[in-house]
Amino acid sequence: MNTEYKEARAKFEAGVAKSLQKHKERKESFSTGGGLPLGRLYGPDDVESVDYMRDIGFPGEYPFTRGVQPTMYRGRFWTMRQYAGFASAEESNERYRYLLSQGTTGLSVAFDLPTQIGYDSDDPMAQGECGKVGVAIDSLQDMEILFDQIPLDKVSTSMTINAPASVLLAMYICVGEKQGVPMDVLSGTIQNDILKEYIARGTYIFPPKPSMRLITDIFEFCSENVPKWNTISISGYHIREAGSTAAQEVAFTLADGIAYVEAAARKGLDPNVFGERLSFFFNAHNDFLEEVAKFRAARRMWARIMKDRFGVTNPKAQMLRFHTQTGGSTLTAQQPENNIVRVTMQALAAVLGGTQSLHTNSMDEALALPSEKSVGIALKTQQIIAYESGVTNTVDPLAGSYVVESLTNEIEKKAFEYIGQIDDMGGMLTAIEKGYVQKHIQDAAYDYQRSVEAKESIVVGVNKFQVREDNREMNLLTVDASVGERQIAKLRKLKEARDNLAVKNALEDIRAAAADDSRNLMPLIINAVRSYATEGEICGVLRNVFGEYTENIVL
Amino acid sequence: MDERKIRVVVAKPGLDGHDRGAKVVARALRDAGMEVVYTGLRQTPEQIVETVLQEDADAVGISILSGAHTFYFTKIIGLLKEKDAGDIIVFGGGVIPDKDIPGLLEAGAGAVFGPGTPTSVCVEWLEKAVADKRAKEQ
Repeated sequence: MNTEYKEARAKFEAGVAKSLQKHKERKESFSTGGGLPLGRLYGPDDVESVDYMRDIGFPGEYPFTRGVQPTMYRGRFWTMRQYAGFASAEESNERYRYLLSQGTTGLSVAFDLPTQIGYDSDDPMAQGECGKVGVAIDSLQDMEILFDQIPLDKVSTSMTINAPASVLLAMYICVGEKQGVPMDVLSGTIQNDILKEYIARGTYIFPPKPSMRLITDIFEFCSENVPKWNTISISGYHIREAGSTAAQEVAFTLADGIAYVEAAARKGLDPNVFGERLSFFFNAHNDFLEEVAKFRAARRMWARIMKDRFGVTNPKAQMLRFHTQTGGSTLTAQQPENNIVRVTMQALAAVLGGTQSLHTNSMDEALALPSEKSVGIALKTQQIIAYESGVTNTVDPLAGSYVVESLTNEIEKKAFEYIGQIDDMGGMLTAIEKGYVQKHIQDAAYDYQRSVEAKESIVVGVNKFQVREDNREMNLLTVDASVGERQIAKLRKLKEARDNLAVKNALEDIRAAAADDSRNLMPLIINAVRSYATEGEICGVLRNVFGEYTENIVL
Repeated sequence: MDERKIRVVVAKPGLDGHDRGAKVVARALRDAGMEVVYTGLRQTPEQIVETVLQEDADAVGISILSGAHTFYFTKIIGLLKEKDAGDIIVFGGGVIPDKDIPGLLEAGAGAVFGPGTPTSVCVEWLEKAVADKRAKEQ
């Protein structure tokens, strides 16, 4: 650092100190949304420790701080992927075809809660929930309707399914078969991330050990048979929604990632191979600069973890590729139109952070599932960023910004501290069991709530600039209450029409293999699905063998 | 003036896994001096009512973000009445469209708090509702 600069900076700081005596700043101290201290001004001295080749490098090259492809969005935009699904397969199929006609480039399936937790629509546990937060899928029959006239060799499909991921992937494979699309052509993602279900999202079924086995069975099966499939989407999104800070989001997500890599390696799988199919999923929150830094830090950290910790040499297996969704918990029920602006900022941060695909939330999501109109605006938001903002025409435009590089370092440092603590506890499974992760997230959530109530954090329209209004006028989506009854009727018919002996045999095969860790369950689950065994039947057999997880309540 | 601590059960009915709000509210009620029991996820209406009765609670707070609010509020309130416990205060919150709220209140919910409600509003409302309830009992 040259002396001329150092002297000038010292002089500047002295001048500021003097003027502060007269004109105070808005706050005593400033920090990011995630609580990292934020200085008044960043300069070359703040990034003195950065070594360009070691810490930043070139896009498409280790440590991938600047992105996973050399040309990024100059080559191709991110996949615009809107999470959708409600009511029955028929209604959701219609919504998907609408989205595709509007220029969406990948599908993202939202399943209802009974489907996510392995219950058929006629299960007592499914009462009141059918078709509510996503589409109800009970058997291959529903899946065939869901993808009717959607060619699986042309679209990529992401499915938010975790505990029963193998069953839904098996159904997708079977729909492909019926369309004449072989497995090795299918592309898409299953979320398949059980650890964050225990931490933050809540749609677990089985205890951790058999759950990890199901996941690694999928890794193994797909690396041989469905090579273009992303076998997991290791998700920080829900951790952040549950209230974590940005640094915690990165730390806990990558710690989950480490646990999966370790589990697969123990099964004898090569991280250089399955590592290519690991994908990630992050939240894009409000604090713009911190979010951009977060994405860049996560990419660099994962490359370092794969290389240094697991000895991975294949660059594709060192890359952190990720999907982003704008932050649902930042949406306000008050003045919902303001959410369009929030979503725009968050989406822009994701793009400047180098995301591979993006879901933009709709303005009415603090009130209900989004209406078709609001989904349309959300998608257009992405298109405007892509085609009109200009930020896509050069790679990683914020690199070299003193503050962005500093925050990138800070997030990496903080997140590695958490990962170190988790390692010391014996890994992520133990950390979850002990409630360590949940506790940190809940404390952050509670701190944030208190800062909003104390008006230290301002939410426009909620604790400042409120207006009186009534949302009853808004045209919200309502899910037809008859979905459950229609599903139950479909199930009854299906069970009469199918070959029940074949179903019984297929389920018995699953039962036998479930008790034997050395066997891969995927082929047997595909077989059962093909004979129209229902999701609830398959998960029921697995519940019998594996048992069920009970929550470790941390308050 | 009744000095007994307010006892409240915070419940997550059904399959919904969104527990941030329930936990934040539970902590805020606890910090306000109430005795709070949080049920955890995946509770059936029967289990929730059982907990409420066992804990001798003054009130039960229900958190739902899955859209199944009408079903669960009605069911829980119905079960409480069946058990002769219709005087127990039922309140709740979550992602609940404004147009559904009158129906929940009519079914017997005391209050429904939407997103963005300060926890202090919730605390004050509950303190008053319990005071009114206890006054009636005397």
